[in-house]
Amino acid sequence: MSNTALCSDDVLLNDWHVVADLANLSAEVPFRTRLLGIDLTIQAGRRHGRDVVRDDSGEAVASEIRYGFLWACLGTPDRAIVGVPEAGETDRHLVTGGSIAVKVSGLRAVENFLDMGHFPFVHTGWLGDEPHTEVAPYKVEVTEADELLATECRFYQPVASPTASEGFVVDYVYKVIRPYTVALYKSNPVQKDRLDVITLFVQPVDEENCVAHPFLCYLKDGIDAAIVRSFMQLIFAQDKPILENQMPKRLPLDPRAETPIRADAVSVFYRRWLRDHAVSYGAIPART
Amino acid sequence: MITLYDYELSGNCYKLRLLMSMLGIEWKTVPVDFYPGREHKSDWFLKLNPLGQLPVIDDDGFVLRDAQAILVYLASRYDPAGTWYPREDPKLLGEIGQWLAFADGITGTASAARLHDGLFYDFDVEAARAGAHRLFRILDEHLWFGEQEGRDWICAANHPTIADIACFPYIMLSEEGGIPRQDYPAIRRWCDRLKRIKGFIVMSGVFPAGPARAA
Repeated sequence: MSNTALCSDDVLLNDWHVVADLANLSAEVPFRTRLLGIDLTIQAGRRHGRDVVRDDSGEAVASEIRYGFLWACLGTPDRAIVGVPEAGETDRHLVTGGSIAVKVSGLRAVENFLDMGHFPFVHTGWLGDEPHTEVAPYKVEVTEADELLATECRFYQPVASPTASEGFVVDYVYKVIRPYTVALYKSNPVQKDRLDVITLFVQPVDEENCVAHPFLCYLKDGIDAAIVRSFMQLIFAQDKPILENQMPKRLPLDPRAETPIRADAVSVFYRRWLRDHAVSYGAIPART
Repeated sequence: MITLYDYELSGNCYKLRLLMSMLGIEWKTVPVDFYPGREHKSDWFLKLNPLGQLPVIDDDGFVLRDAQAILVYLASRYDPAGTWYPREDPKLLGEIGQWLAFADGITGTASAARLHDGLFYDFDVEAARAGAHRLFRILDEHLWFGEQEGRDWICAANHPTIADIACFPYIMLSEEGGIPRQDYPAIRRWCDRLKRIKGFIVMSGVFPAGPARAA
């Protein structure tokens, strides 16, 4: 299958996806991108300044601006843009983390974001360190809102955040909100009873390419927005070569395709949840 | 104290961090929001460097721009052994200068391809990749012939010089620009040797040498 195959998953076609960080758009130069295999051009438009136009038909698609990003929907939106409640809290920095293109299926990027097992090996000295490599058992469930929730995740991190002055055991909660959207809630090193939130909006460029658009809601207490952003990029750029070397580039949904261990429980749930939602774009479907 | 105006994902900033680490000198960094904030084009930064480029250092009031120029300065000033930039050896200095210019060529090609693929820069990526492959081929042959003569580094010396540091980062990051290195075995061996120099540090996207052949 070519990596420009068209998408036939209604759940994706009728959903909103980020297509650009507004910081990457200029009034003079059109910005070219691709969503679900469809080439798009972002132009300075009449309404609010931006139009998202399909290169094949010349028609504008539905678009919105939210959280510092430009969003588009190729079909008919059947639900609202993902809500981030923490974005309404005034004591938080709300910053885009810097959109980075990755040559792998966006589903792989989501799955990697959910994985604690790689911390000591890929984010050595930051999010993990040997010999603290064990992923303790955690809980995974599908919520009433039909989101995937992993709780009681704990991991020792030498530098869990840009303001962490020493290593500590960090509490994590993960939530898969949409097939290509995942959020991470992580204990703040200063106000340990509150959580910093990183939502990763993954743009399915085509089946084997994505753009990771991180949206950061960090407590302002003791930290600058620029530092939040640079830390996110430091961490994500460590993941990038690992992601780009994953084979196959699409995410196999067949339970027999790759061998999980206990630490991968959330990944096993995620793949099953994708099957249940008939998501095939960016995936290698399960054998029937 | 040296202040480095720095962007984590910049290979040209990384080469300065790398040399300073290998020299064992201390520095502090001022993070510049290169992407997506374009802070290197902001008024305050343009006063520091009218070219609007990273990196820049400020060493107790002495401000210097250009990664290669800063390597020359740091090695000349802070390397007591005088091996990274041997000021007494005209031929070696000439060679180093030649390969520092070559490193700029790597920035103009391999780094450009990486910025195109990862950060949406509007460059001619095919031309950038072709240019990088041409340079990699030249360097690979140069290193291969060097190995036949028992030379491990880019320049004709029995120790690494700033030419090695200057060329290393954007070669290591080339795959992010769609430039694989499997056809350049001598480059790969040289990268492994460089990673085993005392004081070597990584940046995001560069991994340490494997333990198998650790010295």
